[in-house]
Amino acid sequence: MEFLLAIGIGVFAGSGVWLLLRPRTYQVIIGLSLVSYAVNLFIFGMGRLRSGAAPILEKGEVGDPARFADPMPQALVLTAIVIGFAMTALFLVVILAARGRTGSDHVDGLGE
Amino acid sequence: MSDGMLLVLLLSLPFAGSVFAGFLPTHARNAAVALAGGIAVATTALTVLLYKATVNGGYARTNFAWIPSLGLDFTIRIDGIAWLFCLLICGIGALIVLYARYYMSAEDPVPRFFSFLLAFMGSMLGIVLSGNLIQLVFFWELTILFSFLLIGYWHHNAPARDGARMALTVTGAGGLCLFAGMLLLGRIVGSYELDRVLAAGDAIRQSPLYLPALILILIGAFTKSAQFPFHFWLPQAMAAPTPVSAFLHSTTMVKAGVFLLARLWPVMAGTDAWFYLMVPVGLTTLVLGAFFAIFQQDMKGLLAYSTISNLGLTTLLLGLGSPLAAVAATFHILNHAIFKASLFMAAGIIDHETGTRDLRRLSGLIRYMPITGSLAMISAAAMAGVPLLNGFVSKEMFFAEAVATHTGSLLDDSLPYFATLAGIFSVAYSIRFIAGSFFGPPPTDLPRTPHEPPQWMRRPVEILAVTCLVIGVVPGPTVGWLLADAARAVVGHELPYYSLAVWHGFNTPLVMSFIALIGGVLLYLALRRHLASGVEGAPLMHDVDSRRVFENVMLTLSWKWARSLQLIIETRRLQPQMRLLLLAAFLAGLVPLVELGIAGAGPVPVTPADPIFLTIWIIGLACALGAAHQAKFHRLAALVLMGGAGLVTCVTFLWFSAPDLALTQLLVEIVTTVLILLGLRWLPKRIEPLDPPPPPPAAVFRRYRDLALSIAVGTGLSLFAYAVMTRPLPDTVSRFFVERAYVEGGGTNIVNVILVDFRGFDTLGEITVLCIVALTLFAMLRRFRPASESVDAPEQQQIQNAYDEATPDRTIGDTVAGYLFIPRLVTQWLFPVIAVLAVYIFMRGHDLPGGGFAAGIAMSIAFVLQYMGSGVRRTEQAIRVLPLVWMGLGLLIAAGTGAAALVLGYPFLTTHSRYASLPVIGEMPLASALIFDLGVFALVVGATLLMLIALGHLSLRGARKSEEA
Repeated sequence: MEFLLAIGIGVFAGSGVWLLLRPRTYQVIIGLSLVSYAVNLFIFGMGRLRSGAAPILEKGEVGDPARFADPMPQALVLTAIVIGFAMTALFLVVILAARGRTGSDHVDGLGE
Repeated sequence: MSDGMLLVLLLSLPFAGSVFAGFLPTHARNAAVALAGGIAVATTALTVLLYKATVNGGYARTNFAWIPSLGLDFTIRIDGIAWLFCLLICGIGALIVLYARYYMSAEDPVPRFFSFLLAFMGSMLGIVLSGNLIQLVFFWELTILFSFLLIGYWHHNAPARDGARMALTVTGAGGLCLFAGMLLLGRIVGSYELDRVLAAGDAIRQSPLYLPALILILIGAFTKSAQFPFHFWLPQAMAAPTPVSAFLHSTTMVKAGVFLLARLWPVMAGTDAWFYLMVPVGLTTLVLGAFFAIFQQDMKGLLAYSTISNLGLTTLLLGLGSPLAAVAATFHILNHAIFKASLFMAAGIIDHETGTRDLRRLSGLIRYMPITGSLAMISAAAMAGVPLLNGFVSKEMFFAEAVATHTGSLLDDSLPYFATLAGIFSVAYSIRFIAGSFFGPPPTDLPRTPHEPPQWMRRPVEILAVTCLVIGVVPGPTVGWLLADAARAVVGHELPYYSLAVWHGFNTPLVMSFIALIGGVLLYLALRRHLASGVEGAPLMHDVDSRRVFENVMLTLSWKWARSLQLIIETRRLQPQMRLLLLAAFLAGLVPLVELGIAGAGPVPVTPADPIFLTIWIIGLACALGAAHQAKFHRLAALVLMGGAGLVTCVTFLWFSAPDLALTQLLVEIVTTVLILLGLRWLPKRIEPLDPPPPPPAAVFRRYRDLALSIAVGTGLSLFAYAVMTRPLPDTVSRFFVERAYVEGGGTNIVNVILVDFRGFDTLGEITVLCIVALTLFAMLRRFRPASESVDAPEQQQIQNAYDEATPDRTIGDTVAGYLFIPRLVTQWLFPVIAVLAVYIFMRGHDLPGGGFAAGIAMSIAFVLQYMGSGVRRTEQAIRVLPLVWMGLGLLIAAGTGAAALVLGYPFLTTHSRYASLPVIGEMPLASALIFDLGVFALVVGATLLMLIALGHLSLRGARKSEEA
């Protein structure tokens, strides 16, 4: 599982980076999303992988960390997902505005 | 009241008044004047009350812990010299406020002026009352900042801005040097407390760090006190309103430099280095300043150079190192403050009543303003050193010191001649000031008809001029006590013998005074024709223009060098920047991976891959690679594939015990997809050519290089992830969260409790960011202009409309209206269902997967489905969506919950939790964190909707455009 996820993170990140380096704004926005997935999974993986141990307590319980998946990376990634969404939205509008203003969808606003 | 209390009040009142004045309405002139005047009078009274603590070399102090970890205390300390300065700052400050009431125009934002003025006064008091070197530097910097604001008060005119910036640059740079010098001094002494520093004179003078510390501190003092060659900023600063100039030149700002020299005189003076650094600078400033002053055509410019010259005199006296010279310096500080303030005010009155300060245009004003004229003459005579006025007494002391022998060097021996020369110059410019404006033929062609100013505008000048006269006639009884106490704080308990009398018998200083007076008159007569010729600036000295040097240096530093550097290292293109950034990130990751040798599997056994999981990830990898491949020409396909990768991420979260993440990821995925779909319409068409020409070799090279970088980054991240995941998890802060989530946070969903309780402050910041992004997006789209080829209605709609047109029994728009009819119905029915789902996700959030974020996004999806199904117009006819209200409410609720804890006496965002039994719903957590989460929910709904609707509205605008066209 760990090996598979590690490969997955690498491929997501690699695909994302490739797109980040492309000249078209749309490629960059897709690349940014892919890199976000990879980074979120990476952070999530820092809490190690456990199945069937969702960090939900019983009522009144003083939790034992050994029994649950690590909640902290999850909290971090939850935040990252929302911020990632905001970033994608902002970037989308920036590329639309740039397109309207420069008449081009090149990342530097250059013509063909 | 204890002295400590008095000191605290003295220092804090001006700042409190400044804040208060800043909140007054823009044109509340009289309220601001009453406030500022009241504070200036009150601080003067406080100073008077503190007098008894400072007599006979005594002092009062009080201190508070400031930065205890660094052993720094905030010490307010008043001794004789500080008391003298306090009296001058507050007393003259009060007069300036009164004067400014009449000087400032009602159109100016006067409360802001007084706000700055009070803060400036407070900073200056801060310098003189500092009992700690670092604290002194702190207030020193404050005076720089506030003088910047005051000089640039009329920021709509360029000279004010330039003058303010120049003052800030010069004195600010000096302030940094001073800071370094003070750090060295503190290092020598081992403490920054002024009392300890003042007791460590021998250690300081013998330390190897003495010279560097001295040089740095002197640079600070010289820049501030406008000593040659840093003097040029002061004449530029006269672009400030005249009350500010009067304050700046008399008791504050430039006096801070000489105050500092007097403050450190007991421990740093008396060495050769002190003498040879201070005396030449002071002497040059004294003579050159006076020389330049003669040739100024602007009255304020003349006074500015005269200030420079007088500051040079003070510096020179302090530099001589003898106690008697220090006493003379202290006395001259007092006298100069009084006559210079009144002269600036007089110049301001002339400017105010005639509309000009140009000595070439002014003439014969004594006919129109006899009282002001007489007062100005008294003050100018004091400046020239005419007997029976205060300037004469301290100048006599200066001449006596110039004659006395200190080091016996050539410099020392030549002092009397230079002193007399400077005296001649100062008499000449004083005559020029008076004769040029008040005497001569009646003025012609003035912007305004001159007349006496309002009575209360003249009153401060009257008070100051009379003071000049009184001190000049009976110096001993009037200021003898004051001078003695101030001087004791500088030279120590044993004062040298001096006599404050007007008549000392027929001696050398008196001869020098008379030579200066007669020489000055003759010089003025000789130069009269030249001065009237209208040439600005001094002859012979055009090359000695340090202002031009300064401007050249600034130009070189901030423009030429910056440009060359930019040409070398800059690129405006995004791709090379990205490449460098990614390469740097890759290397930053590679180094520890190799250095620590952590590549490869760790000790923790890996779990075998589940076949279902493997299948899912094969799909995921295909999606990611597909998206990377298709994003250029097949945008929709790339978007779908990206969504696939997102879903695989979502499943992975679910698989490894992160239901909250999975839920949020799924919902965000939906909204992101809709968002990008909305944006796709506005990007240019890009159609893949059937047989593309072979790409040029450069492009092929670029692609392989980028591919290599992508593979490198991906592989690196894989190795890292694998290395970490196969090593045991150390005990982290997670333990804290897991153990206390229920006991202290009152919720069983640990992730949610972390977000809304333990790290609630972070979440508050995060939703604020979301809010800002939504507003930014909204603002950017308001100005959106689509590219011309995207303006037309989409192709399908055009085809449908063409069909309507061609068919006789249909009107245009019928087909479009019926488009997606069934999905529209479905989405309408779904609205309440999704809304209930959102509420459900929200309510269970504290105990089970869910929460404000997920619920908020779910709710916004309910709205967006309406927009997608029914179109913008129809949806907005049916329901009123007010995203801004949602956002505002959300932020208010979230911040209000935090503030409520403050009101109840707990730290910000402390939560209270309990369970409540509700009818129908059953037992439910009712933590105050839930209310916080409600804020998060509302904000997320609002922000998401604002973004989506703003994008959706673009098509409306596009349609309107094409209709208009």
